[in-house]
Amino acid sequence: MPNRQHGNIKIWQRRDRGHQLTIWACQFIGVAIFVYCWQLVSNNTIWMFVTDAPRQANDMFERMLPPKWEYMDVLWRPIWDTIIIATLGTLMAVVFAFPIAFLAARNTTPSKVLVRPIALLAIVSSRSINSLLWALMLVTILGPGVLAGVLAIGFRSIGFCAKLLYEAIEEIDETQIEAITATGASGSQILNYGIVPQILPAFAGISVFRWDINIRESAILGLVGAGGIGLQLSSSIDTVSWTQVSLILLVILMTVIVSEWVSAKIRHSII
Amino acid sequence: MSTVRIWKRPPFIKRAWLRWSLTIGGGLFVLVAIGTMDVNWQRVAAGAPRAERFIASFFPPDFASKSSDIWEGIFESLWMTVVSTVVGILLSIPIGLGAARNLAPRPIYLFFRGVLAVSRTFPEIIIALFAVKLFGFGPFAGIIALSIGSIGFYGKLLAEDIEDMDPVQAEAVKSTGSSWLQWLNYSVQPQVTPRMIGLAMYRFDINFRESAVLGIVGAGGIGATLLTTFDRYEFSSSATILLIIIGIVMAVEYSSGYIRKWVQ
Repeated sequence: MPNRQHGNIKIWQRRDRGHQLTIWACQFIGVAIFVYCWQLVSNNTIWMFVTDAPRQANDMFERMLPPKWEYMDVLWRPIWDTIIIATLGTLMAVVFAFPIAFLAARNTTPSKVLVRPIALLAIVSSRSINSLLWALMLVTILGPGVLAGVLAIGFRSIGFCAKLLYEAIEEIDETQIEAITATGASGSQILNYGIVPQILPAFAGISVFRWDINIRESAILGLVGAGGIGLQLSSSIDTVSWTQVSLILLVILMTVIVSEWVSAKIRHSII
Repeated sequence: MSTVRIWKRPPFIKRAWLRWSLTIGGGLFVLVAIGTMDVNWQRVAAGAPRAERFIASFFPPDFASKSSDIWEGIFESLWMTVVSTVVGILLSIPIGLGAARNLAPRPIYLFFRGVLAVSRTFPEIIIALFAVKLFGFGPFAGIIALSIGSIGFYGKLLAEDIEDMDPVQAEAVKSTGSSWLQWLNYSVQPQVTPRMIGLAMYRFDINFRESAVLGIVGAGGIGATLLTTFDRYEFSSSATILLIIIGIVMAVEYSSGYIRKWVQ
């Protein structure tokens, strides 16, 4: 136990000296990096605008109330588009993620040297690129619209679903596979009767979880022109129609709450 | 002749009516969804050569031209990430303590849970949209948005982790006659620190990815540069930026794995 001699009395300490010094050094480096970064922030900020912000915020809230309820008629179609983007995107992701997860899992991959790294690379690149960036790319290539949104959500979610799914595959119970192998089952039968039933609950849970996230994400894809309610949000902000903005925010809030409730219900019934 | 009974595996959803209505309903929804999706196929077809050019620009990526713009943007994203992660976590510690049921009295608990719920509702980019209106264009607006997002994420997980802690140790420290702060420092904090450091790394990772898009609404970072390259169809620069983002995210992810192992 680390302690410190103080006259004749030993005083307890949480850590010994070396450990404590390492921690101090790490903290010092951390603080130094933060101070340096903060200085960069400070240099890149016009503080007059920042001090003016409370007044601006006040002004904005005043203009946002009350929400312009008639605008709702225009919003039904974008809401439907948002739900389509999230759902079809998730569906697409799930279809692709399923095989990729099997290629990436250590215990089911056909080749650890060749196929697994490629599958992992696909997962990482899909995950590292935000769905808004995917949308940006796809809008440039395919033109603005719902299709770009669906594909953007799909590409982003493949990595997410495949990662969680291959972790689930790696954690399966091997004894069941052995039992099925012992009956003389072929490779595809082992997959079908030994592995798939074990991961199906996880798979369903992951899909619903991702669908919930995708509802939020598809609400903002319109900012780059990929369809959905974000399109109305950005155009309302551009035309400074604050009463429309507040209504759209309310609608997004409601959609998010409903989707969260639905996904919680479904996941609860699966587990 | 006796009838042979063949085993069939039990279906995933046991109730037959639920299974069928879900299958049919799901199928119908997908059909309707695809039907109502209006796609301009001519425009999509016109994109094919552009897609080809875009994919070709990844092999090999062009790191040389526009490199000063790109590195400046990446660097800005990085320091925005550092500041917003630190600020977000520092602010979420008191909020997380207040939102832990076993630490805070009921009214305080409800208040801070409310704060967390509000800061988690909207995606960072929408917060950034408003932050830009309030604080002007630039990285400061992005930092505000990312910090708010970090508070919602980190505060909630911290509160849940404190609620799950082992009460025996907390009681033992309390029985030595420690003050409240000593109690926090010696019984609560050591129990939550290892997991929270891991989550801090994870949040850093998320913040970097988010900071890469905040530029689209004018809140600083590499996003603005990326948006410009797409608008000008300078695909070679876009490919380079995307590759750098992927590289940094991978580096952060792997190093966070090591740091977590080292802390635990």
